[in-house]
Amino acid sequence: MAEVIKVGMADLNICVSPDGITTLGLGSCVGIAIRDPMTKIGGLAHIMLPDSKAIKNNSNIPKFADTGIEELVKRIVAKGASRTRLVAKIAGGAQMFSFQGGNSEATRVGERNVEATKKKLAELKIPILAEDTGKNYGRTVIFYPETGDFVIRAVGKPETKI
Amino acid sequence: MSEMSVDSISQEYFDILREIGNIGAGNATTALAQMLQCKVDMSVPKVALLEFKDVGEAMGGEEQVMAGIYLGVEGDITGSIMFLLEKNAARFLVSKLMGMPMEGDDFTEMEFSALKEVGNIITGAYLNSLSALTNLVIYPSIPDITVDMAGAIMSVPAIQFGEMGDKMLLIQNQFFDEISIDGYFILMPDMDSYGKILAALGMGNM
Repeated sequence: MAEVIKVGMADLNICVSPDGITTLGLGSCVGIAIRDPMTKIGGLAHIMLPDSKAIKNNSNIPKFADTGIEELVKRIVAKGASRTRLVAKIAGGAQMFSFQGGNSEATRVGERNVEATKKKLAELKIPILAEDTGKNYGRTVIFYPETGDFVIRAVGKPETKI
Repeated sequence: MSEMSVDSISQEYFDILREIGNIGAGNATTALAQMLQCKVDMSVPKVALLEFKDVGEAMGGEEQVMAGIYLGVEGDITGSIMFLLEKNAARFLVSKLMGMPMEGDDFTEMEFSALKEVGNIITGAYLNSLSALTNLVIYPSIPDITVDMAGAIMSVPAIQFGEMGDKMLLIQNQFFDEISIDGYFILMPDMDSYGKILAALGMGNM
């Protein structure tokens, strides 16, 4: 019986077909799904902030785009996936409020999370096959390493698959 | 002061937050009762220090649809505050305020305005209690509002707490009227303002 593994905020985990992996209610955070299409080993990270180097207290690896993606890739490869075959899909990075504490940097955090995610994936030479990012609403995502399907649910919108 | 985070918060600060929650909710209850012209009761607030991954669960699940009212704070301290309540509770308050039941599932612009007003009153009541306890001058800015999944709304304060540490502080209040309303309140002072609040309360260090 296939299971769906749950990943929380500032958290990551790996997943092997036929299981799926999900994270609920992504807002300004970004969900990064990575898999090896051959071994069907994959994983999902739910990052909150773009850059671990910008913050002193940065021991929480899955919290940041840079360290979180690195760790996810490391664990997927350790499970038996091929580093060179990895592909990614990303979702989230919304701007939930048009104003966020009067601080423009804070308002743009969703956008900055997406930028940092793309930068890190490019650095690791992992292609992004699809994305559903930005805008102003929350997203729940479910990733299936079997097919690579990334299912996205939002309030008041039809379910989509990228 | 810049090293400050809520992760290693003292019992004393916790008690003060609970007290702010208590007085704030008391003020909010009075204001709500006046606005809705009915009796409103509230329970003793709970203050919780949560790991990010547990935040959604604490609010009844990440996918629980909620209304989130978010506004900035200026004056002696700067930062932001957020008030969340379940969508059905928001609908109930709006229909009571407007004196007619809400049609349709989504909020109209007028209903959003009414909800903003509810948010204004409730957050204003909390800010007044904080201001009274600290003697600091605190002004709220114009609120912004959204109706979405709890997890998505909470990502905004969580990210702000995340820049300082790995936990966030949540004050939970229950209001009772014809139905019971769970409200969640999050106070996010900017880093420099933590120190000012603590100093104003006579606490040098957390």
